[in-house]
Amino acid sequence: MRSRSGGSTEPQGRRPRRITAGRIGLYAFLLTAALFFLLPLWIMLVTSLKPMEEIRLGNIVALPAALTFEAWGKAWSSACTGLACDGISVGFWNSVRILVPSVILSIALGAVNGYALSLWRIRGANLLFGILLMGAFIPYQVFLYPLVRIFSAVGVYNSLSCIVIVHAIFGLPTMTLLFRNYYAGIPADLFKAARVDGGGFWTIFLRVILPMSTPMLVVATILQVTGIWNDFILGLTFAGRENLPMTVQLNNIVHSTQGERAYNVDMAATMLAALVPLAVYFVSGRWFVRGIAAGAVKG
Amino acid sequence: MTAVSVRDVSIAFGMLRVFDGLSLDIEEGEFVVLLGPSGCGKSTLLNAIAGLLDVSAGQIWIDGRNVTWDEPKDRGIAMVFQSYALYPRMSVRENMSFGLRMARTPKAEIDRRVTQAADLLQITHLLDRRPDQLSGGQRQRVAIGRALVRDAGVFLFDEPLSNLDAKLRNELRVEIKRLHARLGKATMIYVTHDQVEAMTLADRIVVMKEQKVQQIGSPAEIYGRPSNLFVAGFIGSPQMNFVRGRLEAEGNRLAFAAGRHRLPLDAYAFSDRPEPGREVVLGVRPEHVEPGASGVWPGFTIDIVEPMGADTVVWCSDGTETIQVRTSGTRRVAPGEGLSLGLDAAQVSLFAADTGERL
Amino acid sequence: MNSISIQAPRAGVLVRRGRRRVGRGLPAALALLPTALVVLVVYVGCMLWTVRLSFTGSTLLPRYDWVGFAQYVRLFANDRFLTSAGNIVIFGILFITGCLILGFLLAVFIDQNVRGEGVLRTIFLYPYAMSFIVTGVAWQWFLNPGLGLQKLMRDTGFPGFTFDWLVNPDMAIYTIVIAGIWHGAGLTMAILLAGLRGVDSDLWKAARVDGVPAWRYYLSVVLPLLRPMVVTATVLLATGVVKLYDLVVAMTLGGPGISTEVPAKFVMDHLFERNNIGLGTAAATIMLIAVVSILAPWVYARYVREEGGRV
Ligand SMILES: Nc1ncnc2c1ncn2[C@@H]1O[C@H](COP(=O)(O)OP(=O)(O)OP(=O)(O)O)[C@@H](O)[C@H]1O
Ligand SMILES: [Mg+2]
Repeated sequence: MRSRSGGSTEPQGRRPRRITAGRIGLYAFLLTAALFFLLPLWIMLVTSLKPMEEIRLGNIVALPAALTFEAWGKAWSSACTGLACDGISVGFWNSVRILVPSVILSIALGAVNGYALSLWRIRGANLLFGILLMGAFIPYQVFLYPLVRIFSAVGVYNSLSCIVIVHAIFGLPTMTLLFRNYYAGIPADLFKAARVDGGGFWTIFLRVILPMSTPMLVVATILQVTGIWNDFILGLTFAGRENLPMTVQLNNIVHSTQGERAYNVDMAATMLAALVPLAVYFVSGRWFVRGIAAGAVKG
Repeated sequence: MTAVSVRDVSIAFGMLRVFDGLSLDIEEGEFVVLLGPSGCGKSTLLNAIAGLLDVSAGQIWIDGRNVTWDEPKDRGIAMVFQSYALYPRMSVRENMSFGLRMARTPKAEIDRRVTQAADLLQITHLLDRRPDQLSGGQRQRVAIGRALVRDAGVFLFDEPLSNLDAKLRNELRVEIKRLHARLGKATMIYVTHDQVEAMTLADRIVVMKEQKVQQIGSPAEIYGRPSNLFVAGFIGSPQMNFVRGRLEAEGNRLAFAAGRHRLPLDAYAFSDRPEPGREVVLGVRPEHVEPGASGVWPGFTIDIVEPMGADTVVWCSDGTETIQVRTSGTRRVAPGEGLSLGLDAAQVSLFAADTGERL
Repeated sequence: MNSISIQAPRAGVLVRRGRRRVGRGLPAALALLPTALVVLVVYVGCMLWTVRLSFTGSTLLPRYDWVGFAQYVRLFANDRFLTSAGNIVIFGILFITGCLILGFLLAVFIDQNVRGEGVLRTIFLYPYAMSFIVTGVAWQWFLNPGLGLQKLMRDTGFPGFTFDWLVNPDMAIYTIVIAGIWHGAGLTMAILLAGLRGVDSDLWKAARVDGVPAWRYYLSVVLPLLRPMVVTATVLLATGVVKLYDLVVAMTLGGPGISTEVPAKFVMDHLFERNNIGLGTAAATIMLIAVVSILAPWVYARYVREEGGRV
């Protein structure tokens, strides 16, 4: 019908891909957004690789003219946090020492709770869970002072075990919810079969339930590792001077008032503090998203 | 006049070519059913006709217009989906009128069309409900209603009934057939993998398998003269019986031979007379086998009897071949009885054993 | 045959009473004991303790006298607290709407079959993996007028360019909003994107046949479908708002002056630095009341009602 003498204008085959204004706008928006999200990281990175003179005179986004890793070394081993000048490495190792037991303890508690709450009939369990759930939303400030008093009274305040216990306490709501919801998805018949076979509470948990929990264990680990590593307020309040985690050390370095601010060292320290969660993020990929989606159920 | 014409169309998903040079002409007012097993490309073809999917070669014409590059809304089509695809949180009325409002149709006209379509589908009392307040059957009626108000010449259905239970499916099937009759000149293209729907609704059936059209024809043709082994086996329940054998010459006449069984083929309408000695498969529908005492194929014993009410399916065997026979439900038969089977060469199908094509 | 008809009702009772939980036992109760203890001592006990302290005249050390609402009266006459409360409202509104809008746009745009989808998603979400301290330090560096964005723009040919929000008492809170959105928008995107992927693809086909433009489709059809995800994201962001502390500490330390003080910081400062436990716990109690009154309806709708509605 619409064919003309040449016939070449006849619509045929794939629709010609017109580059529409909408499509351009879409990519423009996405690229601008990507720039917005990447810029701070980029600036941190290049700043940490420049000497101070270049920072003072040069362009904040420019690549370093004289590439130097000096700031990283300084940040790691000799930057000053208040009085001590031992670098952020101290904080790094503190964070590791806090992280490992806290993650294990909070996940273990969460898994057992979730299992007991979803598969066993216990009076008052719903009430317990309800309060726990509310606890997830209440700001730490409401609990902190009395907690400090309790820990001082017991005599563990400002110690490694203190901060580990605190992380376990405040990890309870999310971890319990996570595992409870996961175990609620396990067919009840499987559990009944195990009961009929004579399994008790712990046998069933260790032999049947735990081996099925790998996905949730991964998700919970991702969630807790990033959460505990990134914690500031609890570490500040409970860890004590000897065990301050990396976030607190970083904040002290950045806000330490001695001498001129060494931005390159600050940024190197910041990069170092971000390294662990970023590594978790990039390695875990889709699991990370799954983790926050599962954690979001709590929210 | 052709309403829809698919001309030499190829479709590819990235590197995966799904159709290669497929052509299909559909007449105005025709009810065409695309039938085939899952994954054979029925939805793909339908989406290409609707313009929801780009073809990589070829053309699509609707109502005398080349619409290959047109947007779905400009093709004069309406579509009904398996999952209903009703807009959630909009009332039935809003669902039906959304497209018209987008096209800035005058309000009075919208009201008229919605009222008319709702009337036709008996959903007037549901107009102010939301989809989640409707049953499955009602939802599908609304989805059909939404298609009707578009005043399209061509209606595309993608397995509209497969989410419904058996009873509703029968009800709505009849309704769709009635609708087609009422609308008169509306062309309908209907995708299904249910052969009952295909047989009952279609003017013409397009049987597909693995992205290839196997046969196009009226339900009677498809059922009576399947063009290959796949079509023969796919259509009909219980399935067509297949017996492997060879063609033998008896003078200048041909006969089918399998073991000690023979069937003279004088009455068989060969499309192209083959040479004797050829390996073939004989296909015969269960209702075309006459069980009795004096059939041409003696020596069968009844294995299992399946009474189905109106008729009874009898499985019988002679040790090598198992044949299903459909007889009247009133006939008394018992396992272990001896049978001989009567066959009529005019009602059987012969397929080449190597290619599976009808002879 | 008979036994079936006898058993049927019994099974029904069992299912109803026991719901999902099938086993019964002492070990399970024992396993829950530590948690029950924590709930009792920490979540209930410490909370009540804090509330009790807010009615005392405690300063450096807790005292258990009774001063009525004196601390609250003082609190609501306190400039610093009023600024904090105002700031958290500003931050809360802008941060939540900002994250929702940006997150929704990102999710929708990413869902358009764009190239490099995986890379973009990774870029948008990575800030969420980082701590607020890192976020704050990075943005403080980027926005500082002396060497950051302002200098960059001036050096690259806009000599009149001014962006001194970080040191401007009227604007500093907005820099915290920006950093907050940078941190949280990706999370919103991820939650909404998961919702988008769950939307029946036939709906978009139906909309195309109907000639519905894409923007209208997303607004009228998809957005209503995403309501649960929007609620989830909002609640998640809102809990972040109440807890806002680290970001402020790292970025502005509450300054310039008291222009970026927030309630959480007010409480921390009064409890642990200014030795005014009475005032600090009063502020904490106000935070508690605010959170409970915002979240109670949601928790009720989401869990209590749902629980009751289940089999
Ligand atoms: N988006 C896609 N990308 C890649 N391959 C696809 C895509 N959509 C369909 N296919 C392939 O094309 C073939 C035809 O798919 P189609 O959906 O048309 O089948 P169908 O006949 O409608 O099946 P069903 O009865 O299950 O709906 C299938 O093999 C499928 O794997
Ligand atoms: Mg399909």
